[in-house]
Amino acid sequence: MTALSIRNLQKTYANGVTALKGIDLDVEQGDFFALLGPNGAGKSTAIGIICSLVNKSSGTVRVFGHDLDSDPGAVKQCIGLVPQEFNFNQFEPLEEITANQAGYYGVERKEAFHRAEICLRQLDLWGKRREMARSLSGGMKRRLMIARALVHQPRLLILDEPTAGVDVEIRHAMWDLLREINRQGTTIILTTHYLEEAERLCRHIGIINQGEIIEQTSLPEFLNKLSSESFELNLRHPLTGFAEQSVGGFALRLLDDRTLEVEVAKGQSINSLFAALSERGIEVMGMRSAQNRLEQLFMDVVGGSQLNE
Amino acid sequence: MSSPSLNRIAFQTIFTKEVLRFMRIWVQTVVPPGITTALYFIIFGNLIGERIGEMEGYSYIEFIVPGLILMSVITSSYSNVVSSFYFSKFGHHIEELLVSPVPNWVILAGYICGGVARGVVVGIVVTLVSLIFADVSIHSYLLTLAVFVLTSILFALAGFINAVYANSFDDISIVPTFVLTPLTYLGGIFYSIQLLPEFWQTLSLANPVLYMVNAFRYGILGVSDINLGVAFAIILLFIVVLTAYSLSLLRRGVGIKS
Repeated sequence: MTALSIRNLQKTYANGVTALKGIDLDVEQGDFFALLGPNGAGKSTAIGIICSLVNKSSGTVRVFGHDLDSDPGAVKQCIGLVPQEFNFNQFEPLEEITANQAGYYGVERKEAFHRAEICLRQLDLWGKRREMARSLSGGMKRRLMIARALVHQPRLLILDEPTAGVDVEIRHAMWDLLREINRQGTTIILTTHYLEEAERLCRHIGIINQGEIIEQTSLPEFLNKLSSESFELNLRHPLTGFAEQSVGGFALRLLDDRTLEVEVAKGQSINSLFAALSERGIEVMGMRSAQNRLEQLFMDVVGGSQLNE
Repeated sequence: MSSPSLNRIAFQTIFTKEVLRFMRIWVQTVVPPGITTALYFIIFGNLIGERIGEMEGYSYIEFIVPGLILMSVITSSYSNVVSSFYFSKFGHHIEELLVSPVPNWVILAGYICGGVARGVVVGIVVTLVSLIFADVSIHSYLLTLAVFVLTSILFALAGFINAVYANSFDDISIVPTFVLTPLTYLGGIFYSIQLLPEFWQTLSLANPVLYMVNAFRYGILGVSDINLGVAFAIILLFIVVLTAYSLSLLRRGVGIKS
């Protein structure tokens, strides 16, 4: 079953800016889907329309078969949203914020507080339940928004940059939680600027640029498009006077006297690279990707200059 | 989840949230009207009122009791909804409701009933303060309660519309300062319009607050400058028009959706 189906979705704002130029998008039930794109590409507008925060100009949105125009209540019942900006009342305690959200979805008061407890514990916020939201750190506020979005047990969870400004430890904990939620059957759509995050979590991706979907495929298929991959090699001994630009058919660049950058084209074996380096007496102590693979492809598809807009 | 059940629970949630909001800050929301009313009674009732003498068969202090209670109710109901709804726009937490399956009429009903609840609480406080200064007996409980609640609903709706259009905190104080306060003060709280010259009497009839104050005064004292049927018709007409307009604003997402 399709969790989300969008057809010819268009949005032109009152100021004349066209944010979406008729996009089509399908997300299957149970998928973990990344919606990527540079700033201003139309990601948040698309999410806003799906979640009834933005009025669309034309097109159709269906969530688990329910049409947004004819049955908005059923569509909303299916969705949990974690928006980009903090949008809870900063002067309310965490427990009330979470339980109230359950109430808006028809969960009885007693059950709402029970579910709020489960979600706040899951996000490690139960100890703060009686504190005003304004007293939380940035990372805690992000977690509160996830707890709030989960409290009515949505079938489709939409996260708009959920880990922005969150430290590494909490980000990894949030990844584990999102994987677990997805494993339990919740379809997840994620937008993020951390492409490593998308690569680690998602099975399918869609790339939106200037209001159009320019790529929609599975992550392995997309990564397969990489024509080459760059690695950085850490060397045991310093290389002095090394002037070669190619070894055994691999393009090389000396970054400093102990670090070599090598480009491995699709189909080339890394074993032959190590053999060629060994022949020259160059001993490699470690290696790592010079650039995230998804990031590399993303830059190719979208065009690096737009990221700086 | 059946829709009636969802609507009931969602309404209870919004209403409870609204009541908790103003009760959490009771020093700002409930106490000031009581103090203001006490000052009115001391200055206009005791000090100046004794020199004015009787008005429509009642001492001046008794005459102004209904108007002062209703003025507090009007101000409280209006300011509760305008500040709460505008703040929810400003802090974006109105989005919590917009993404949920709560119908627009339930959102409106929740906020309006929250405003009425504050009007009731403040009305009770002001009535208790009034009893310290004046010996008032109620002519018709039913009529008094009906005008009390309907007026509260009407001004809560007006506050809601103000909040929808407000783009800054200034915008939520402009209407109360330049429209609501003059209409209330010129709505016959402190005087009977029979005392005014004919031109001003006729002009006063264009002030909707006059009908509410007089209907409320009739409920408490049994005297009014205005026909009760006309007063109720006007109050109900305003409620119907403002409700329809508020729902239209919510449906179109004015001020809350892009």
